[in-house]
Amino acid sequence: MIEPRPIVEARGIHKHFAALHVLKGVDLLVAERELVFVIGPSGSGKSTLLRCLNRLEEPSSGSVVVDGIDLLDRRTDLNHARQRIGMVFQSFNLYPHMTALGNVTLALRKVAGKSRAEADEIGHAALARVGLADRADHRPGQLSGGQQQRVAIARSIALEPRVMLFDEPTSALDPELVGSVLGVMRSLRESGMTMVVVSHEMGFARAAADRVVFMDHGLIVEQGAPAEIFESPAHERTRAFIGQIQRH
Amino acid sequence: MIESFLNVGIMVQAWPIILAGLGNTILLSLMVVPLGLGGGIMLALLSTVKHPWVRYPLMAWVDFFRAFPPLVLLIFLYAGLPFAGLELGGFACVGIAFFLNTGSYYGEVLRAGIDSVPAGQIEAARSTGLSRLQALVWVVLPQAVRNVLPDLLSNTLEVIKLTSLASVVALPELLFQARQAQSLTYNPTPIVAAAVVYFLLLWPLVRLLSTLENRAMASR
Amino acid sequence: MSNWDRFVETFFNARVMARYWPDIVEGLWLTIGLAALIVVTGLIAGLVLALVRALGVRVLNWAIIFVVDVFRALPPLVIIVLIYFGLPSIDIAPSGFVSTWISLGLVLMAFSEEIFWAGITAVPRGQWEAARSTGLGFGETLAYVVLPQALRITIPPLTNRTIAITKGTALGSVVAVTEILGQASSAVSNSYNPSPLTLGAAAYLLLFLPVVVFGRWVESKFAWRR
Ligand SMILES: Nc1ncnc2c1ncn2[C@@H]1O[C@H](COP(=O)(O)OP(=O)(O)OP(=O)(O)O)[C@@H](O)[C@H]1O
Ligand SMILES: [Mg+2]
Repeated sequence: MIEPRPIVEARGIHKHFAALHVLKGVDLLVAERELVFVIGPSGSGKSTLLRCLNRLEEPSSGSVVVDGIDLLDRRTDLNHARQRIGMVFQSFNLYPHMTALGNVTLALRKVAGKSRAEADEIGHAALARVGLADRADHRPGQLSGGQQQRVAIARSIALEPRVMLFDEPTSALDPELVGSVLGVMRSLRESGMTMVVVSHEMGFARAAADRVVFMDHGLIVEQGAPAEIFESPAHERTRAFIGQIQRH
Repeated sequence: MIESFLNVGIMVQAWPIILAGLGNTILLSLMVVPLGLGGGIMLALLSTVKHPWVRYPLMAWVDFFRAFPPLVLLIFLYAGLPFAGLELGGFACVGIAFFLNTGSYYGEVLRAGIDSVPAGQIEAARSTGLSRLQALVWVVLPQAVRNVLPDLLSNTLEVIKLTSLASVVALPELLFQARQAQSLTYNPTPIVAAAVVYFLLLWPLVRLLSTLENRAMASR
Repeated sequence: MSNWDRFVETFFNARVMARYWPDIVEGLWLTIGLAALIVVTGLIAGLVLALVRALGVRVLNWAIIFVVDVFRALPPLVIIVLIYFGLPSIDIAPSGFVSTWISLGLVLMAFSEEIFWAGITAVPRGQWEAARSTGLGFGETLAYVVLPQALRITIPPLTNRTIAITKGTALGSVVAVTEILGQASSAVSNSYNPSPLTLGAAAYLLLFLPVVVFGRWVESKFAWRR
């Protein structure tokens, strides 16, 4: 059987912050339509890894190829490439001076070069997909945390990305708002979106992830199917971490 | 005392001259405020480049022009450059001096505003494919301006007041006109009139600022 | 003569500079003296006004607010010209030096009153109440509890404003004060060479560049946005 080429292909990623060695040679391959879950203790380098995948962070060495585009090649049009890689942040990072629709359509107009009418149409559709069709004219300040995060997701999917990266998308939310965001993520998954998710929502991981990756101290310690990692981890460190997470 | 400071006869005589001056002061302000703001935006955008080859020269530039009293800059351009065969005229000198001086002040204010916008905003914008400049212009700058609006307005007030310096290089703005009228009438009433006009023109802005500043300080 | 030589000959003429060097130095000292007078009197007057305003006597407060507004709205040069050319007609004839001092002192008074007052009001009510509840009087509360907190947050804006107004000493040249710019200007017309202006510009940089850098430092040290 010929393996299809992975859509995300990060190899040998190292990252230094001055003297701090944060990523120590990470390989991460993600197949098309796969949902990869990344877990690990605070400071283990999960966010840094994710941010290397769209070059918000410059890897010190290694290679990152997404959807056939070499992100570290100087000739690559990074801004164009980034449109294919959606990113959702822990703190939403919505633009407070724009409406929900404005947030969603900015890149469509400025980077994808769409007219306002076209962009608005796509934007409305994206907001509808996250269940916020009626909030298009609200400012972020007038929305709940869960709604804000769904607008942020709409901002990404409006660009029709090939991959989406989620960095703890629910950890800034009150518990009762988490469900709505996970619901949107689940429907994205069902539509076949390739996703890399850093999160501690173990229930979601069990239900939706194809693969769970455990990181510690800048390295991938082990990875496998959710049941495997959660029920019978091979490494002591994984076991300790999962025990800790599940205790609360 | 009333005779000399608020002489009605002289007031009537000087009024058209003063009025023309007011018109020019407004026109001059409409020219130098955008000029300074433009310079300031350029400097503020440049200040987001953290490379030492940009950063330190930029800091030196800004501090240099903030250290110079604007009048000294103006006189240097107006009275100094002609010796080098560069006769720019009062109007151009005022334009250049304001661009350099008030641009640096606006630049500092806007830089503080940009610093006050969380880094996540740029990251979010970059992650959707906006270029650095696009992210700055469409996402960061609008928020920056809102965050430092009182400072921007306060600077603008100072810039408008500063247009009175143009009288020194014989541009017929409000103060210059008033002094002309004064020397014609041998009476200080026109200057008093000009002061009153300045006050009426700028008082609303001063009130607004004072309210905004008190609010800002109270919310700290 | 090459262009460069001509440029140096014009703006950095050693002979002319040597000739007028003492004048510029004299102007520098005058500028420093004038600036010091303005800063001391302006800040004290501003603080006094703010303290009076804290008493909360309504009519007095209106008067203070009006005076402050006037001196914030008027261009300093207009005030200087008004005092220098206006007062003689009622038989008070202040010198250019005194006119500039009074004018910029009043301007600094107005701005610093605003800043002091904003600082005082920024101290939470609870601080007043706590202090008064322990038996401290109005003046003691102000002196020991409120002012120390207020002054701290007022330092950066006050520093910047003081620097900006002090630079206004150059305006004195318009009313014949022989400060740096005045000295330089008359030297230029006497020597038909702009080198004294270069010298004057250097003197201003010498004087104000450290002050501007100091202001930047204060701002970062107190890490607060105006
Ligand atoms: N810009 C930066 N400069 C310096 N150090 C950084 C920077 N960003 C991250 N680090 C450091 O890199 C290490 C890994 O950070 P990272 O944010 O990737 O961890 P994480 O696994 O996402 O942790 P968390 O679960 O707390 O989000 C940490 O020690 C962090 O302090
Ligand atoms: Mg993280």
